[in-house]
Amino acid sequence: MAKTTVERPVEDDIQSKELLSSYRLMLLIRRLEESVYRKFHEAKIGGYLHRYDGMEALVAGIIPFLQIPGDYVLSTYRDHAHALACGTSPRAVMAELMGRATGCAGGKGGSMHLIDPENGFLGGDGIVGGPVPISLGVGYALKYRGNGNVCVVYFGDGAMNQGGVHEAMNMIGLYRLPVLFILENNKYAMGTSVERSTGQTDFVLKAKAHGIDGEHVDGMDLLKVRDVAGRAIKKMRETCEPYFLEMSCYRYVGHGIGDDNTKAWTTYRTEDEVAQWRERDPLLRTGDYLEARGILTPELIEKFEAEIAAEVEDAIEFAEASAEPPLDSLYENVYSK
Amino acid sequence: MATMRYQQALRLAMTEEMERDPNVFLCGEEVGQYQGTYRVSEGMLQKFGPKRVVDTPISEIGIAGLATGAAMVGLRPIAEFMTWSFALEAMDQLVNHAAKITYMSGGRIQCPVVFRGPAGVGTQLSAQHSQSMESWYAHTPGFKVVMPAFPDDAKGLLKTAIRENNPIIFMEHAGLYGLQGEVPEDPDFTVPFGVAAVRRVGTDITLVSYSRGVHLCLKAADVLAKEGIECEVIDLRTLVPLDMETVVTSVRKTHHAVVAQEEWKNVSFGSELSARIHEMAFDDLDAPVGRVGGADVPMPYAKNLERAAIPTENDVIAAVRRALA
Repeated sequence: MAKTTVERPVEDDIQSKELLSSYRLMLLIRRLEESVYRKFHEAKIGGYLHRYDGMEALVAGIIPFLQIPGDYVLSTYRDHAHALACGTSPRAVMAELMGRATGCAGGKGGSMHLIDPENGFLGGDGIVGGPVPISLGVGYALKYRGNGNVCVVYFGDGAMNQGGVHEAMNMIGLYRLPVLFILENNKYAMGTSVERSTGQTDFVLKAKAHGIDGEHVDGMDLLKVRDVAGRAIKKMRETCEPYFLEMSCYRYVGHGIGDDNTKAWTTYRTEDEVAQWRERDPLLRTGDYLEARGILTPELIEKFEAEIAAEVEDAIEFAEASAEPPLDSLYENVYSK
Repeated sequence: MATMRYQQALRLAMTEEMERDPNVFLCGEEVGQYQGTYRVSEGMLQKFGPKRVVDTPISEIGIAGLATGAAMVGLRPIAEFMTWSFALEAMDQLVNHAAKITYMSGGRIQCPVVFRGPAGVGTQLSAQHSQSMESWYAHTPGFKVVMPAFPDDAKGLLKTAIRENNPIIFMEHAGLYGLQGEVPEDPDFTVPFGVAAVRRVGTDITLVSYSRGVHLCLKAADVLAKEGIECEVIDLRTLVPLDMETVVTSVRKTHHAVVAQEEWKNVSFGSELSARIHEMAFDDLDAPVGRVGGADVPMPYAKNLERAAIPTENDVIAAVRRALA
């Protein structure tokens, strides 16, 4: 019998469909990240590469439920999942990673700078803490227009030690802007654990110091992420207040391509620790939950896997068949017209 | 036309543009209730209210992020730095975000934002408040860099800056805020970027400068004219885009050039100007391009040392004599 880790009645068909859709999105993210890793080692993808494996619930439980156009998402350099969740096609993501003209940034951004403004995605950001001051401006514009929209900004535990993050949080708290902070606390800033980087490891307290209310969430639990964020966003649309969610999560693989998942536990974490977190995998837990309720079946999982494998393969073929950006585009887009 | 100070011309530009376009707003330290550190925004809070004249904490990273993020989703912010010296705090938001987002997004995001405030040296403000760092921004692809020398340009260039769809570095000169001049009151008056102004016509040597340096060159030209040396004085107005055509045309006529600036000489905007004149008009030059700039030292406090560190019209005159010797 499938074990259920989340005891919660499914209230209606709509929720079931939404959960199934989030499950499928998490599966797409996982499989795409795996394929991207392979393509990097085939030298088809360059630069840095930061995978989201293990953290999928943070996007699948929030982004599909935003109002786009209108709401905005900002992310970090670990941004493939956010783009996919916003609705950027796997083709546009893969083509960008391979530096092709058909990529979502025309080949000028790469892995850390996926972007898709028409789908509400204002981009990844290569600078730790960088998106948080930007979210201050986006939040200001949303309040300025007064349409009840929100800005969701993703950032990591390491970013909480950047000065600019606190300047921006202070001002967001001061101006009461509709910014939802999603702190991806995956326990390590590259190789430095939270305990080794701050004297106050409770990040919600730090938000409260800026006048921003918040709470802790099990970020490996899709249903909890969805419930808490959904409730917060609903309230934010009415009150135009900021909110802060510290998501406890874990990345299974290394920080980046230079910190390979096959060696990640050799210097700053143990194999055992990674294995323990993998037991709480959001795909497994959500799958068990849905199977226990008859919403998901082994046949359906097989169908999803086949569809997604085809989708990922199609994205790779599309990217590989796409032209590189023309050389005369080198000087294009330095300035807008 | 009305006679007004440089500082009032800036206020008029912001006021007219905020009346014209509801997406324009001003933010910065002491811009509202305090009425502006240099009174540039005096009365604007009362006119436009706190939503559009936004007092900020002393948080330059926050100010830069506020303006950049709002610009990325379609507002047209004007962010005031109390002085450009304080903008150093915000360098990552300026250089890594505002200047690059359009390129990084393959042109899918526009960033119509003006960063403005006083730059320039003088009045014994010493090392951390008295400096000019335009070459940092001119060096960075993605910015346009504007440095007006006269009140009418202050108005016309700021209006163009606010209507631009790019991040603009607009460096005023604190020492010019009180300068009076004739300024068009027409709300449609603007000054285009990338068009230098010939402030004085001459035949013997070309002096190229911007901001307060233009005034040094004009004073030097007056002195030299009495000796029969006729200087042509070019005010670049914008460093990026740079109007080399006007400069080179002048050099082809005069066969001599001196470039003058207040910022440090080493690896400076004058270095770039000099290099470009040599590249583009080498055969027309009868002497190497002369350079006038600030002493390569952190600005000292003591009056006599400060005086020695800041270029004057005498330094321009000396450079002209060397070039013509």
